[in-house]
Amino acid sequence: MAFFDSLGGYINTDISLATPILLAGLGLLIINRAGLLNIGAEGTMLIATIMAVYGSYISGSVWVGLIFAMVSGAAVGALFALLTVTLRANQTVVGAAINVLGSGLSATLFRIMFGVSSEVPAIDVFRVWKIPGLSAIPVIGEGLFSHMPMVYIAFLLVPVMSYFLFKTQAGLNLRSVGENPKVADTLGINVYRTQYIAAIVGSMIIALGGAFMSTGLTKFFSEEMVSGRGYIALAAVVFGRYKPSGIMGAAMVFMAGIVIANILMAQGAGIPYQFLNMIPYVLTVIALAAFAHSAVAPAALGKPYKRG
Amino acid sequence: MATILEMRHIYKQFPGVLANADVCLQVEAGEVHTLLGENGAGKSTLMNVLCGLYKPTSGEILIEGKPVRFNSAKDSMAIGIGMVHQHFMLIPTMTVVENCLIGSHDAGGMKLDLKTAAQKISALAKEYSMELDPYKKIGDLAVGERQRVEIIKALFRGARILILDEPTAVLTPQETHELFNMVHSLTDKGFTVLFISHKLNEVKEISNRVTVLRLGRTCGTYNIADCSVNDLARLMVGREVSFSIDRRQQEQGAPVLQIEDLTLGQKDSEVKTLNHVNLTVHGGEILGIAGVDGNGQSELVECLTGLRRASEGKALYKGKDLLKCSTREIMSHGVSHIPQDRQRTGLVMPMPLRENFILQDYYTEEFGKGGFIDWKYVDAYSDRLIRDFGVKTPGRFELAQNLSGGNQQKVIVAREISRKPELLIAMHPTRGLDVGAIEYIHKNIMDQRDSGIGVLLVSTELEEVLKLSDRVAVMYEGEIMGIVKPSETTVEEMGLMMGGMPLEKIRGGGENV
Repeated sequence: MAFFDSLGGYINTDISLATPILLAGLGLLIINRAGLLNIGAEGTMLIATIMAVYGSYISGSVWVGLIFAMVSGAAVGALFALLTVTLRANQTVVGAAINVLGSGLSATLFRIMFGVSSEVPAIDVFRVWKIPGLSAIPVIGEGLFSHMPMVYIAFLLVPVMSYFLFKTQAGLNLRSVGENPKVADTLGINVYRTQYIAAIVGSMIIALGGAFMSTGLTKFFSEEMVSGRGYIALAAVVFGRYKPSGIMGAAMVFMAGIVIANILMAQGAGIPYQFLNMIPYVLTVIALAAFAHSAVAPAALGKPYKRG
Repeated sequence: MATILEMRHIYKQFPGVLANADVCLQVEAGEVHTLLGENGAGKSTLMNVLCGLYKPTSGEILIEGKPVRFNSAKDSMAIGIGMVHQHFMLIPTMTVVENCLIGSHDAGGMKLDLKTAAQKISALAKEYSMELDPYKKIGDLAVGERQRVEIIKALFRGARILILDEPTAVLTPQETHELFNMVHSLTDKGFTVLFISHKLNEVKEISNRVTVLRLGRTCGTYNIADCSVNDLARLMVGREVSFSIDRRQQEQGAPVLQIEDLTLGQKDSEVKTLNHVNLTVHGGEILGIAGVDGNGQSELVECLTGLRRASEGKALYKGKDLLKCSTREIMSHGVSHIPQDRQRTGLVMPMPLRENFILQDYYTEEFGKGGFIDWKYVDAYSDRLIRDFGVKTPGRFELAQNLSGGNQQKVIVAREISRKPELLIAMHPTRGLDVGAIEYIHKNIMDQRDSGIGVLLVSTELEEVLKLSDRVAVMYEGEIMGIVKPSETTVEEMGLMMGGMPLEKIRGGGENV
């Protein structure tokens, strides 16, 4: 059967495409769990895409590019925390500003770093690393064990994050800040410090998602290349009920839309491709409309905390 | 006994307010020491200083004779001070054991040891003979249980000095009794309890000594044995207080409001916010509604004032069904409403008094014509209300937010009573007010009754309801447990009804056994 033969490939594509959304979603989760509402993932990812390309370009190693991206993420996270935690600015407005900033800054940086030429410089990018042995298994081997290192890292982060949030003291403290900062304060937790750390670390993980887009999924930067994945990640967190495994599932469901579109296109179903490309976004909207009301958001999400 | 805690010359300055001025407090080990004072006397500020949440502007704290400095709640907890806040500091989506562990090792990512902690919690609960499942979510616990969790939490964190901030505000009399038993067993074991309250009878019952705070200053520490309740009141307010109110004997008038089978809630759902409430308010009587907060009182008032749609039932007033009317229809037919939260729903805080006075009736002929307001008339009207009701304010242009709580409430009472109502619905009319303002509001409500108006009074203060009402209905989980006359009931009986036992069961049971 032709479909079964290509099943491994479909799974592989879904997992690869889900990776940036998964990373951005996990980063957002940490930030949300600390009570901060950050809609600026799109902008954070965009800045990371160009920084990763630049780091890889000047050093010749994609891993240096990754570090560049994480540093840029940390900077954006620190800026977000400064504005929303210390200065208590409206979190939605700051998040929107970060998206606008990311869009403009990434394009500007690109022109400063590479000039205006149509020539695409060759940079070091992530390569597929087949897990010895496991990758030889039919279907599953191709689907699950023939990926770039970032994909493994992203999916390994899911259990790590679950363990951190629900089994460690630091995770409990973080969650208590997001549920009720006043309670955390009365129990001696430094609320502001916790929120700063969450914003910075979370934004670094979001930046990983951006970096993977320009040095993994594609081989170079192009303007607005994140194309809404930062927003899909926001939806994935809600749809995933603020749990790492839920976010993983949500990211894969949303991106399955692209796989379905690919299948339909390959079979020549006669549907204009523009409609097929809409599928992941439509899935996101439907999932949000259907499940957002039952999601259990942290109780203090988006509310600035002021000490007495 | 040895002095365990001493606070010396504490000052706490907030922007524009000196909340604590030269406050001194000296507490001995193993005693129940009460901090007594009116709202705004600075009790909570002082306790927040003691548990490290506020930094004092000046002054020092000594524990067992040694000076200490607190930078955060962690420091005060480490030294053995635990506070049970008036508004519980618990996270409803988390379990008991998780709540106890929050922040316990702030240092890093150590693995949570839920099992050991749960065992410790169970052991503590057993020691004070209470039932507590450490793995239960806080959201599934009743209010009294949550308070016990708070106390256990403080003990779990190693508290030796326990601060209870107005702990009885949310409890029924029976639950209060249980709490006091627990306080006694704590002091028997050598713990020190700092009790904060303005309920004089409770203070008299539970404390060994009392320190009185007035306007942010200490006015002395007394042995409770040497003080009567009247002494305590005088110390707290700074003058003689009258606890009684003149009640003119008068015949019950004709029914003004008849509530029949008022129900609120999903049709198929078992749980109803209001369940077949039947009540009648007569002219010239005050019908009180007592009960612990959150048992459907707010919803009842909202249904009657058109702010919420009831699912079933009728509320007949002058031949109309109030449940089918809009708020304006209801208000324009002689119903006045003193809402439960004066700052949120009673007044528009950033508006001047003269505008707040006409919020209800600005559109009527009295205040203007053709869409224009007759400000000259409004000004004269406002000045009259300010004078007649003794509102302390620089004038009619003062913003409502700049008035004290008592004066804000006077503005609302003035507005509602001047509308010449036939039915007055008052909810928590004296919540958070000082004794002087309470006296004034009570007198006004009583005057309305004497003039033949029907009054529906909702309050969680049992003393207030029993003092003012001609009849009292007790609400529990949206149902009326019974209707009694204050002269024919006891606090015990009221307490049982507030805890969910219907009147016929209490009285019937008593005769049969």
